Amino acid sequence: MFSLKDKKLAEEIISKIKKLDVKLKFMHVCGTHQDTLVKYGLDSLLEECGIEIGQGPGCPVCVTTPKEIEEMLLLARRGKIVATFGDMVNVPGETQSLQSMKTEGYEVRTVYGIEDAVNLAEKHKDKDIVFMAVGFETTAPTTASVLLNDPPSNFSILCCHRTIPSALKVILDMGEIKIDGFIEPGHVSTIIGTEPYEFISKDYRVPQVITGFEPLDLLMAVWMLVQQIEHGKACVQNEYARAVNKEGNVKAQNVIDEVFEPGDKKWRGFPVIPQSGLELRSKFETYDARRKYESDLKEISKKEFKEPEGCRCGELLRGLVLPQECPLFGTRCKPESPVGPCMVSIEGSCSIEYRYAKKR
Amino acid sequence: MYLFLYSFICLVQEKIYNVLGYDRKIVCLAIPGKIVEIDKNKEHGIVDYGDDTKRKVNISLVEVKVGDYVLVHAGFAIESLDEKDAQETLDLFREMLSAGEEG
Repeated sequence: MFSLKDKKLAEEIISKIKKLDVKLKFMHVCGTHQDTLVKYGLDSLLEECGIEIGQGPGCPVCVTTPKEIEEMLLLARRGKIVATFGDMVNVPGETQSLQSMKTEGYEVRTVYGIEDAVNLAEKHKDKDIVFMAVGFETTAPTTASVLLNDPPSNFSILCCHRTIPSALKVILDMGEIKIDGFIEPGHVSTIIGTEPYEFISKDYRVPQVITGFEPLDLLMAVWMLVQQIEHGKACVQNEYARAVNKEGNVKAQNVIDEVFEPGDKKWRGFPVIPQSGLELRSKFETYDARRKYESDLKEISKKEFKEPEGCRCGELLRGLVLPQECPLFGTRCKPESPVGPCMVSIEGSCSIEYRYAKKR
Repeated sequence: MYLFLYSFICLVQEKIYNVLGYDRKIVCLAIPGKIVEIDKNKEHGIVDYGDDTKRKVNISLVEVKVGDYVLVHAGFAIESLDEKDAQETLDLFREMLSAGEEG
């Protein structure tokens, strides 16, 4: 909506931060933030000011587990039409990816959103359509809204929705890295508002800023975090006020609550995170592919699947390593032949680093 | 004017992605656009992203009228946007910068 590319102001922010002579480590949890940081070279500019910004588990495709991918693969093998977002089809499971199944002739469809998948179900009444519902609070209300609208009975979802605040908590609880502040995702926040982040500042004394996606948004957010630290404060500030209000989108929150309930969920690179997933309420069980096709999925229901050998996506999602520190980066793992999801998704930090590194 | 400029930038970015083979949609990206039409059932509307790119969008998660700007994610309008112009936002940023220094 805005073009916030005021170079002078950007320089002013950078020079002011530089003067403060700090050494801080922040984390963001959104692939689009990573894209802006790397695309505009803000990451290296800020590093010169003593500020390192790592990417946490903020790419929905990346945190989806090998098991969830294997569930989708199995459903495709059992003759269902499986549909999901474009990035997701290229993520390798333990055995293969949905894309490679497509080339074997199985029915794998790429859709822009859940409504496209419902249209498929209406068009192919004689087939079962399963939509792989991935995404955080931004995407969950789109799934919920469709399920509240009585989609056809041959339609169901493999629910992989996850929620951000519980992941922030687990990162702090694991204590593997020191985090001086969180740059919170603007679009997730349009839905949930500012309140769900409050406990992080209150219980862990970590400053947070909800942030937009223009280069100046990110610089402002860094400035606001640094100011909180300089003044000994830890609170939730909203830099992205042009899209995010305190309450969030209450209508969207209500449809989420009506359709889903919180449940424990495993994230790639993490153990099971308590109450970090959204599970379908029993009222919607006829749309729950895991219940509907329980017998199809039985053979893998107890099985654990490994992450690809040598892949460091897990550590990357916990903010412990940079893409360049993975021996597979740019060698065995490239966008055209990805090993892990962070190289597949255009929101994954490996894909972003690979895309822009050449320009440096 | 800034609104159109930004829509145009987004559009160009999307087209570049297409050329590069990045036609796969990003899961958490949301793109701003203007509501130009609302269906009778009030369930869907047409969103104009500028440069004649229009798309049918589900508007059931937001309270909007024709002329409002919205963020669109995965075929749904997820939030309406405050129509403050870029200058106002920049002024706000400058104010915060100088306030920070005094504090």
